[in-house]
Amino acid sequence: MTGAPAAFRAILARELRLALRHPADTLAAVLFFVLVCALFPFGVGPAPETLARLAPGALLAAALLAALLPLDRLFGADAEDGSLDQLLLSGLPPAGIAAAKALGHWLTTGLPLLAATPAAAALLALPGAAWPAALGALALATAILSLLGTAGAALTLGARHGGVLLPLLVLPLAIPAVIFGAAAIEAAAAALSPTPFLLLLGAGLSLAAPLAPLAAGAALRAE
Amino acid sequence: MDATSPIAAAAPRPPRPLHRFAHPGRFLRASGRVLPWLAAAALAVLAVGLAWALAFSPPDWQQGETVRIMYVHVPMAWLAMGGYLALALASAAALVWRHPLADLFARELSPAGAVVTALCLATGSLWGKPMWGTWWVWDARLTSVLVLFFLWLGHAALVRAFDEPERGARAGAILALIGVVNLPIVKFSVDWWNTLHQPASVTRLGAPALHVDILYPLLVCALGFALAFAAVVLARTRAAVMERRIRALELARARREERGAAP
Repeated sequence: MTGAPAAFRAILARELRLALRHPADTLAAVLFFVLVCALFPFGVGPAPETLARLAPGALLAAALLAALLPLDRLFGADAEDGSLDQLLLSGLPPAGIAAAKALGHWLTTGLPLLAATPAAAALLALPGAAWPAALGALALATAILSLLGTAGAALTLGARHGGVLLPLLVLPLAIPAVIFGAAAIEAAAAALSPTPFLLLLGAGLSLAAPLAPLAAGAALRAE
Repeated sequence: MDATSPIAAAAPRPPRPLHRFAHPGRFLRASGRVLPWLAAAALAVLAVGLAWALAFSPPDWQQGETVRIMYVHVPMAWLAMGGYLALALASAAALVWRHPLADLFARELSPAGAVVTALCLATGSLWGKPMWGTWWVWDARLTSVLVLFFLWLGHAALVRAFDEPERGARAGAILALIGVVNLPIVKFSVDWWNTLHQPASVTRLGAPALHVDILYPLLVCALGFALAFAAVVLARTRAAVMERRIRALELARARREERGAAP
């Protein structure tokens, strides 16, 4: 019997290998993120002051929506071809499987979104001084969404309209991440310290990190 | 209903296809006796409470007659939160003891909870326009109650989204427990953040901040609405038990006919 850490690493490696072999999925999320950010200048006009005022919230909302895109296939493909059953038999507790999936989702969706953040921030005329805060806030917020989204994906696995239901369940819970993430970027843009808001985001992440995989694992066990 | 239905799997002895509903049967008998009294009590208390609140209680010295919105708004807010607590407790019971009645109760509770939360938001909005000058502000109390509303709706939708009712019940129970993190946020949002919404005036340590002329009709209204809410949820749960019973009976008849035709 393999140890749990080895199984965890194997699931994570499998997620990364799958993402590398289908780079289009990751690219689609990143392109979606940049495109949504590029829509705002057309909607509110290209004046840099207006855009910069809007940028923090727009970045957060666009990143969370983009990170939602691959979630409805997070467990779906594995459930269809039976590999989810194999994973559940691997000796790793279901919560561990969910944690590996969440980490894999963040590495294959959250990190690429971070790489695209400077481009999106430039499109939205965000002042350069706020870019580090934007990266920090997006890193934490997408990590929270990966965890919440994993729980949501496990809950809606096998549901009739799972793809529609998933955002309905996950986005209300992600509101605090948007509030504090946007507040951190706004503070940095106004030459204030973004640290308190980043710390609150970190608190949210440390709350979600143990609880979301447990909930996802409980939902997977019912499958 | 297909052959892989959980009811078919859970009823291995065809002569007694209803044996797992034995306990819900007792529930039906007991609740059938309680329900008329509960509904009558709700109507009586609400009649007294609403008449007292809307006609005989004094108008507020500052807010005038608009204060009467409170007699609906505050009970709805209490019910929205108390109902969610009941949902979470029922969900925990359903997850731990696999009690089918707790599943049905949770399933029938969430649409009623969504309605009272929507009424809380709507009456609050109607009250906010004359008092605050705006229908809606994004302060912490209003936002967290809006999230509570989405949780109720999400639960109602998730429970009904599966072909197997038991899978939906389990997913809904887990979602209900996840959503519990929102309850303390709703309760303490007025203390943690500087909100336009006033802090708690009734449920605070020491004397309530309301005069008895306003407090007593409010408490009577709250009791009346709580009784009405309980009656509605009880009636819905009874209907759900009977629906499930009908489905089990139909399934049993279909299997009997299949067996009769097979040889």
